Amino acid sequence: MNSAVYPIAVFFAAVFTNNILLTNYLGMCSFLSVSREIKTSVGLGIAVTFVMATTTILNWLAYNFILLPFQLEYLRFIVFIIIIAAFVQLIEMIIERVSEGLYAALGIFLPLITVNCAILGVSLFMVIRDYNLITSFFYGLGSGLGWFLAIMAMAGIRQKLTRAKVPPGLEGAGITLIIAGMMALAFMGFSGMINIT
Amino acid sequence: MARGMIRKTFLTPLGKENPVFIQVLGICSTLAVTNKLENTVVMTLGVMFTTALSSFVISLIRKLIPPRIRMMVETLIIATFVIIVDIVLKAFLPDIWKQLGPYVGLIITNCIIMGRAEAFALNNKPGLSLIDGLSSGLGYAYVLLIIAFFRELLGTGSLWGVRILGSWWTNWSVMIMPPGAFFMLAIFIWVVKEAFIKKEESK
Repeated sequence: MNSAVYPIAVFFAAVFTNNILLTNYLGMCSFLSVSREIKTSVGLGIAVTFVMATTTILNWLAYNFILLPFQLEYLRFIVFIIIIAAFVQLIEMIIERVSEGLYAALGIFLPLITVNCAILGVSLFMVIRDYNLITSFFYGLGSGLGWFLAIMAMAGIRQKLTRAKVPPGLEGAGITLIIAGMMALAFMGFSGMINIT
Repeated sequence: MARGMIRKTFLTPLGKENPVFIQVLGICSTLAVTNKLENTVVMTLGVMFTTALSSFVISLIRKLIPPRIRMMVETLIIATFVIIVDIVLKAFLPDIWKQLGPYVGLIITNCIIMGRAEAFALNNKPGLSLIDGLSSGLGYAYVLLIIAFFRELLGTGSLWGVRILGSWWTNWSVMIMPPGAFFMLAIFIWVVKEAFIKKEESK
């Protein structure tokens, strides 16, 4: 594929056909627990998208300029997780200083993000698939937006669901998983549009 | 007393406080690696190894960890064990290692391990923490194996790569695709909860 178009293709694939949540099952923990209300899920979605796009760049730089030249690839798990945790901490401190309102809205979500497996997962996929810097950025951004889209849709459905009658055994996690399964079926309709591996 | 404590520590994560179907933790890998029984076995062994030993080590140094940075310390200890798993798999089972892809590395962010470290290993003796970690891993393992059994059987008509069902069986290919994973786990949780609810009512 044309190298100028490729990052864009990866971007759309990450949002629709290879949605990080619905086809790679990453970020399920916070997806199940935070998707009760649209408002909170939008806050978390924005935070995840931002952190994902930026940490992919940082991790790409660390992997290609530090780990590869020194043949320390096996340390990538530790390095990636430290970079993510440190970056999230930094952002939290900056937001706290700069904007009171933004901190109130996003502050509680930031610690949750460090343990969100989607963030680490995107960095690991980037290494496995051998993306270059620009493609990695678009992949991180697209995955974040795809996650945002999925959690927002789920929150919308769950808000309506509060008025429905659910079998007692399915309440909570069960029904959420079934809805996620249906969303995954729906997203499979996009497959064939773009294909990345 | 001591023996009763060990028994209780060992049994709770298997049933009443199962990490997967009661606490709903570690779902990412539960869904991702259960499309083939072979991968599931390898993955669950890796998770059991990591939970048991990281709980043990964290409990050993629990009095030395400064509370403010304890999450970071725990993550690093867990990551160390995951790297061991990763290197061993890469060396001895390269095919499965390739299929599992990023999910081996993602054991680090598996909430079960962090959850056990936070909730148990920080307040208990090393021996007991080792048992707790091991049985949490077991509780995770057997649920995954059940799910993987049905997904591989219904999705490909075979088990462990060997064809079990005859040619009359039409593969439900949706079972080995993402939606099947969600449905299967939901059904599993439903069945288990329904059984528990019945039991509590009859008491």
